[in-house]
Amino acid sequence: MSSLRELYQEVILDHNRSPRNFRTMEDASRTVEGYNPLCGDHYTVYVKVEDGRIKDVSFTGAGCAISKASASVMSAMMKGKTLEEADVLYRSFHRLVKGEGAEGDAVGKLAAFAGVSEFPARVKCASLAWHTLHSALQEDAGGRVTTE
Amino acid sequence: MTPGTVIQEVQAPASAPAPTVAMCRHHFPLLRQWVNGKPLIYLDNAATSQKPQVVIDAMMRYYQEENSNIHRGVHFLSERATEAYEDVRRKVKVFVNAGHEREVIFVRGTTEGINLVAGTHGRTTVRAGDEILVSAMEHHSNIVPWQMLCEERQARLRVIPMNDRGELELEEYARLLNPRTKIVAITHVSNALGTINPVREMIAMAHERGIPVLVDGAQAVPHLAVDVRALDADFYAFSAHKMFGPTGVGILYGKTALLEAMPPYQGGGDMIRSVTFERTIYNDLPHKFEAGTPNIGGAIGLGAAIDYLQQVGINAVQSFEHELLAYATEQVQTIPGLRIIGTAVAKASVLSFVMEGIHPHDIGTILDHEGIAVRTGHHCAQPVMQRFGVPATARASFAFYNTKEEVDALVRALHKVIEVLS
Repeated sequence: MSSLRELYQEVILDHNRSPRNFRTMEDASRTVEGYNPLCGDHYTVYVKVEDGRIKDVSFTGAGCAISKASASVMSAMMKGKTLEEADVLYRSFHRLVKGEGAEGDAVGKLAAFAGVSEFPARVKCASLAWHTLHSALQEDAGGRVTTE
Repeated sequence: MTPGTVIQEVQAPASAPAPTVAMCRHHFPLLRQWVNGKPLIYLDNAATSQKPQVVIDAMMRYYQEENSNIHRGVHFLSERATEAYEDVRRKVKVFVNAGHEREVIFVRGTTEGINLVAGTHGRTTVRAGDEILVSAMEHHSNIVPWQMLCEERQARLRVIPMNDRGELELEEYARLLNPRTKIVAITHVSNALGTINPVREMIAMAHERGIPVLVDGAQAVPHLAVDVRALDADFYAFSAHKMFGPTGVGILYGKTALLEAMPPYQGGGDMIRSVTFERTIYNDLPHKFEAGTPNIGGAIGLGAAIDYLQQVGINAVQSFEHELLAYATEQVQTIPGLRIIGTAVAKASVLSFVMEGIHPHDIGTILDHEGIAVRTGHHCAQPVMQRFGVPATARASFAFYNTKEEVDALVRALHKVIEVLS
């Protein structure tokens, strides 16, 4: 039960129950779909970038508690970040869920996701929205990201 | 082996009394282990079944004592390996009641069996404007090969619909059969829903119009007695690993006349009679379809699995599992917010379900933590998920070595899922 509670922490359960920024965005600068064919998790991430800064992030879709909570936390954390800061946070999140340690902002607000590293099958769930946003922020991004 | 040679039939198994089924669990060494501090409860049998010690031993003995290439050498070991391999073909013939062992083709598994038929029979008979008919509950392996063929031939893939219980709509099926239909490809038992389809009736309906039928038997052979001649199936494919045998080997049964009319699937050794740079003469059935050194060790394992299953008694297996599924169905319905996907009247060993507000992937992780292995996801049947409007399901699938106590543990763990995620 202890490691289960580490995975399904209160923060994750809360964001799963009431995800933040869970809405479409009419005036998004980029809209990218993220899909995990393994489990059917499917999200659309909307992002509005102005003057090199992320003005707004939102998402819609459906998936497991881990993927939804991760998307929700990400949307809250990414707002207001410069593209460079967003990139640093993205990399930091990856290190965290892969059990490679984290630094900066990620240590505090993302700590709830550290438990994911104990569940290798769930790392893709936690990363899906992050991959999707990362792709949306790339100049040459396609319209769809999959975890496979 | 010349056609017509009389072969001593494997003795029909004595009908095993039901109690033996429950006593078989200790034959499966893997089931003795603990997972996450709990005794393993393996409920992912539709993905692959566990192997009894006799199958593991038979394969080990083959590699320790008989390993040699077949149909080639004149030496002692080669003859022994050839005999062992061909002996399995005879066992399979009896197991599914094929008319002759030349109708039993060794393949890698069900998927290769279907691809073989699509790539040979399909490519020689399907033309532009023709139709191939599959059902709405097919596994991707009985959709994609036909879709690829349709694309190549500008043919059309049509789909037999199912009702909300997960039963095929036979009236609609009758309407879909038409002079352009070149082949019907249907599953005997659905891996995602558990539905047992009335394949005998469906084959008869297709035959009235002269249309051949391929049956995907992957989920049927471990759970019910299959008689390909009673079904009058034209092709019947299944995998060893779902019926307590090893991975990497399976069977394609085909009627002689159809197999003889088909071009070879792959070229290589064993499938030829003579080769010159000008011309190759192909071998007779079944070797025409078995290019290259086959999975001999796997075939030996399949033979041991058939012997084992016949000893346990497939009818005893079927009645035991029927009772277990009924018990599980009744018990899981006590879980608040749980909905069973696939409620056909005729079902085998599969309990697919969703829980309100909880994603199947989270169910899978929490059950795993309790030592319970279930499959979560789309079960390689995405159109089935679309039909029922769910992204995925959790699926408990049973074998005869599962117990009511394990069902009880599943129910307790599902309560825990709600507790953890609420």
